Amino acid sequence: MDITVQEFKHCDMITVKGRVDSATAPQLAQALESANDGGKYKLVVNMSDLEYMSSAGFRALLAAQRNCKRYNRGEVVLASVPERIREALELAGFTELFKTFDDPLQAVGHF
Amino acid sequence: MKTVQFAAKFEYLDEIREFVGAIARDGGFSDKDVYNIQLATDEAASNIIEHAYEKISDGVLELSCGMRDNLITIVLVDHGESFDPSEIPLPDLKADLSKRKIGGLGIFLMRKLMDDVHYEVKPNNSNVLTMTKRKR
Repeated sequence: MDITVQEFKHCDMITVKGRVDSATAPQLAQALESANDGGKYKLVVNMSDLEYMSSAGFRALLAAQRNCKRYNRGEVVLASVPERIREALELAGFTELFKTFDDPLQAVGHF
Repeated sequence: MKTVQFAAKFEYLDEIREFVGAIARDGGFSDKDVYNIQLATDEAASNIIEHAYEKISDGVLELSCGMRDNLITIVLVDHGESFDPSEIPLPDLKADLSKRKIGGLGIFLMRKLMDDVHYEVKPNNSNVLTMTKRKR
């Protein structure tokens, strides 16, 4: 798994590549937390090159969404969610908790 | 059935998914099913590593997988703390963000993604989780 962070004027984009499972999810959680620690609560998680995500990744996203939405200060949105991952998120009832965008820049434009 | 033993550590999840993925692919499952079989196995293995072996650092996870008559069978054996997945309450998928529970999701996914999930505690101190899925 590989994570890069890009700063935009109104949000940060966190691009996650590869596979997120119980071994790698802590790194994703860490990246989301450090954005929050830096006062960034409007976050796009770009999944265009994500191959796999287990519930360990879902949990990291959920924790971040809770923290970002507190005091109405922001939110986490998902961009370019691959089909298999979207199906699993849907099964877990997570698609109602996150706005999703087909394109990362469209997601950036949301903020 | 092919059997492999793994040290019960998260770093082996990649290999665990590859092991069942190769058998499911060779067995003719669709890409979608292969992904879901890998996901269910990952969730099962992660639960064992995280919960059954929570207090044990050198735990071993035995994974067996095989195809027979369009049915894939995956068996995970551990010698850690027993826990019955059927006792874990289903997560409330309609709960709003603040009430959403973090736990129980892995077991829920296993049940949804596989046709059957069966858990058994054997007298010799081993826990046996068996999951099957039929090719459609």
